[in-house]
Amino acid sequence: MMRVSIDSAKCQGHGRCYSLAPQVFDEDDEGQGFVIGSGDVAADQEAAVYLAEANCPEGAVVIEK
Amino acid sequence: MTTDERFGRSFEEMRSDREFGTRSPVVTGPVSDWATDFSHMEEEWAADPYPILEDLRERCPIAHTDRFGGAWLPVRHDDVAEIAYDTDRFSSRSPVVGNFRPPLDIAPVGGIPPISSDPPFHHDARKLLLPAFTRNAVAKLEPATRDFCHKLIDDMGTADVVDAATQYAQHIPARVIAQMLGFPQEDGPKFRTYIEDTLEGINLPPEERVAKVGALFSYLLEQIRAHLDQPADDLTTYLIDAELHGQKLDPFHVAGTISLMLVAGIDTTWSAIGASLWHLARTPADRKRLVDEPSLLPTAMEEFLRAYAPVTMGRLVKQDMEWHGVQMKAEDWILLSFPAANRDPAKFDRANEVVVDREVNKHAAFGLGIHRCLGSHLARMELRVALEVWLERIPEFTLADPTAVHWSTGQVRGPRTLPLRVG
Repeated sequence: MMRVSIDSAKCQGHGRCYSLAPQVFDEDDEGQGFVIGSGDVAADQEAAVYLAEANCPEGAVVIEK
Repeated sequence: MTTDERFGRSFEEMRSDREFGTRSPVVTGPVSDWATDFSHMEEEWAADPYPILEDLRERCPIAHTDRFGGAWLPVRHDDVAEIAYDTDRFSSRSPVVGNFRPPLDIAPVGGIPPISSDPPFHHDARKLLLPAFTRNAVAKLEPATRDFCHKLIDDMGTADVVDAATQYAQHIPARVIAQMLGFPQEDGPKFRTYIEDTLEGINLPPEERVAKVGALFSYLLEQIRAHLDQPADDLTTYLIDAELHGQKLDPFHVAGTISLMLVAGIDTTWSAIGASLWHLARTPADRKRLVDEPSLLPTAMEEFLRAYAPVTMGRLVKQDMEWHGVQMKAEDWILLSFPAANRDPAKFDRANEVVVDREVNKHAAFGLGIHRCLGSHLARMELRVALEVWLERIPEFTLADPTAVHWSTGQVRGPRTLPLRVG
């Protein structure tokens, strides 16, 4: 199963992840991204997560497969 | 009447306490060689900087100029990114590259925090503002923004030719920022003057420049005092009351941050809206596709932001050093061109083409690192709504006169005159 996390040292709150994969990521009170739930990615969300990773300008979305 | 001695004095009195900065000679006129004499203040640059950047990327990826007292222009994505991340060697003390360097002791706060702030102060000054600019927070402004866009189009009436810059794009962010700050809605035209004075007036004689900056700060002090008398649920009152490290903010911090909202929050988005409409007016295939497929707009919009990134930032070199083969000196400027980074073929396929369905788009239009545009979620909301409403109401439009389009010089590039033939 795919797992995803956000490297909070790199995240600057661009919000590409929570715009492109809103079922997997959300923003906190300061606009930083976080992963909703455990980080296990449902099969039907994998494509969205890849897109989020590919569009994060800071390289802060980390996928483990 | 509420008294708050922080804001009791005039701008001139406040300024007299501060050390003055240094000035370099004003040099204007045609550029002899963009590799050794560049200037972002010349019309040739404003009209079309991309061939210049492409040429530099091939023959001199870190250009230099003696203008502005010495400045460097790196044009490769990786160099721009490296500088954006390197807050140890490059200071944000003054993000506007020009002929005036503020005194060294203005760091780490800078004149317009947090964009002008360096770590560690930067983090806390920015943290104060972040909650007001999250995607959820700005979503609350969307319905009023949409209504306002419709009103602007209603006001155009039945004219065949309209100026999308001055009758549409310009007003949208001005209205939204006025609302967030709690400033009079009718002051929009004043904001335009202040913005032009700040960003395009950098080659003016010093006394004129000081007078113009003074006019902006005096206006801000007036608004701040009005909020002392009548506090409101807006950013101005929030900043007046805010505390950092157990103390109320310095008056320069309050006024500086508000001026940042005005200057950085308006012409940037106005430029992005205008550049997007300019592209669609001259590219019928893209225009028709977005009219037929509105769900593509969020993707297309990111491509407009990549290809026509409005904002270039400034940095100051902290100490003499060799950097990637060039000898940088303390106090040299860096013109940190996100537009150049976004067109680097080493980073983007078909970098010089506008590909409206580009799905992978790691552009740097809102910057990289700790100074990521605070208002990026607001800008994206305004840009999306402005384009949605325009395409819904005016699906057919072309450039009325391509030679009449005029682009701004300086660090925020966008069309300031954009006559479109509609219908």
